Amino acid sequence: MTGDPLYLDGVDLTDVGIMALKVVVAFTFLLVATMFMVWFERKLISDMQNRIGPNVAGPWGLLQTFADGVKFFFKEDLRPENADPLVFRLAPYISAVTAFLAFAVVPIGGSFGDGSSGTVTIFGRETYLQVADPPIGILFLLAMSSIAVYGVMLAGWASGSKYPLIGSVRASAQAISYEAALGMATVVVVVLAGTLSTHGIVAAQSGGITRWFLVSSGIVPFIVFFIAATAELNRPPFDLVEAEQELVGGFHTEYSSIRFALFFLAEFMNVITMSAIMVTLFFGGPAGPIFFGMTWFWPTIWFLLKVLAFLFVFVWLRATLPRLRYDQLMHLGWKLLIPLILFWLMFISLKELRATYDWNWVVTYGAAVIALTIGASLLVAALRAGDRAYQEELEEV
Amino acid sequence: MGYLDGFKVTFLKLFEERVTTEYPKEKRPKPARFHGRHVLNRYEDGMEKCIGCELCAGVCPAKCIYVRGADNPETAPVSPGERYGYVYEINYLRCIHCDLCVEACPTEAITESNLFEFSFTNRSDAIYTKDELVVDDEGRPRRQPWELWHDGDDLGTSGWMRATASSGNPDYQNRISWSSELGYGVRDPEIGQYISDVRDEADSSEDQYPSADSGNHH
Repeated sequence: MTGDPLYLDGVDLTDVGIMALKVVVAFTFLLVATMFMVWFERKLISDMQNRIGPNVAGPWGLLQTFADGVKFFFKEDLRPENADPLVFRLAPYISAVTAFLAFAVVPIGGSFGDGSSGTVTIFGRETYLQVADPPIGILFLLAMSSIAVYGVMLAGWASGSKYPLIGSVRASAQAISYEAALGMATVVVVVLAGTLSTHGIVAAQSGGITRWFLVSSGIVPFIVFFIAATAELNRPPFDLVEAEQELVGGFHTEYSSIRFALFFLAEFMNVITMSAIMVTLFFGGPAGPIFFGMTWFWPTIWFLLKVLAFLFVFVWLRATLPRLRYDQLMHLGWKLLIPLILFWLMFISLKELRATYDWNWVVTYGAAVIALTIGASLLVAALRAGDRAYQEELEEV
Repeated sequence: MGYLDGFKVTFLKLFEERVTTEYPKEKRPKPARFHGRHVLNRYEDGMEKCIGCELCAGVCPAKCIYVRGADNPETAPVSPGERYGYVYEINYLRCIHCDLCVEACPTEAITESNLFEFSFTNRSDAIYTKDELVVDDEGRPRRQPWELWHDGDDLGTSGWMRATASSGNPDYQNRISWSSELGYGVRDPEIGQYISDVRDEADSSEDQYPSADSGNHH
């Protein structure tokens, strides 16, 4: 793990050019993909509701998002009197910029199988097909998804209006609840891969479907990650943040014009980024069979197809599931996902430790079961004590 | 798999026929008793049916009809009988197309057509007077510049479109038809109002009133 080979022999002008090219390509790709995603979601959800959906702007309505964007640009930009001017302006950019940045560490191509290390050659230089490969890639992703909550939180707070505030409070509570599960599901992958670098994680999954962390981590971390990611994205069925029936529009109620468009953009961009992260963590990133020629081409296609499958599932979820109640949301997050992934994380860690140090099977798992039994008994005793105290309190009243 | 059944439902919807249509491009056949804009009918000798009794104005829940009756001039009577509708106005910014006026009318003077695609650029256009409402010499509704007409929309304006049965009897005894009418677009008399009769009529009426692009379904 030495990082991007582009910088190994010092940095010259070509390297800077390649870097700039990668940034521009990733930026454009993400913008176009977001445009496509908005259209895709609207079209798919209308198909699932027996409607026709957007079909006027461009072929099959493909330019609908573009038309909406142009409209947003020319709308009046309103700011409520009570709003905090600076924060109100800043919030949409926090959302949008973090959505862009998170995508920078996702490897979108490169062949990883058969001893090749996922590099491609551009202008005679070997490099990774990702904008950046910091050694702390996964931490960077988690950091960006946490900072994105600030965009929502500050937008709601700075609007100086009650519905946005309620929406943003819900958002922060939800994000804190689910980030724990999200983070621990990621840690399982990190334990298995032995690296925080996204490139390293993809490389560790090369060599067939059985090597994908989806399988080798036992599916549970993926399911937890997927549910937590949906909550993190504020997508249905976890869209309490902008529950239209209760909160008008949630945190972006007071936003209009291009600022609203930025939130909208960030939301859909986050969906794409999160799908890409799931593909990277659990589905081997760009891994897939390479049929003929163009070895750099097929991995990218596989990557895009996998992301597309996730986008479909996100829309499918939205079409199918009703919104959770707030207590159900908290129940699912704290009482189900976190204990489950905590247990799984310990189990996977133990398994890895045993494999690394070649501990005895019986001793290892026997000790684990004993420890778990003691822990569980203590927990049950504590719960009973709490329940008793509660009952006594009830009787006093 | 109780929790996952819903996913199957939404997924299978992808392959179903769409229930919505591209409205301005594609229009569905309207039901035979569609409530569109009104017309004031005339007898086959050209006399107006309206007798200025103001029952329609009285029953109107939206208070959108204004009628003033007057005595027929002896030399040139407008309607058969004593009185006629001297002023007749309907404000379409208020009308809810409930058809109660049609129910109330004792002479079948006011009926509703299939026309509903009309919008105005000023409020005075929204008030239809006798000039706009009374059918022309052939019995056609008068087309206004702001109205969008399609083939068959102006047909079937004449006729008793009561939702209730006369004398409480769902059969029209002895096949009561409506009073005679200027020739254009006269609807066949309805024989009964039992569900089976209505269904039969609805089936046959689709051919009777062809709508624009009615065959253009997905």
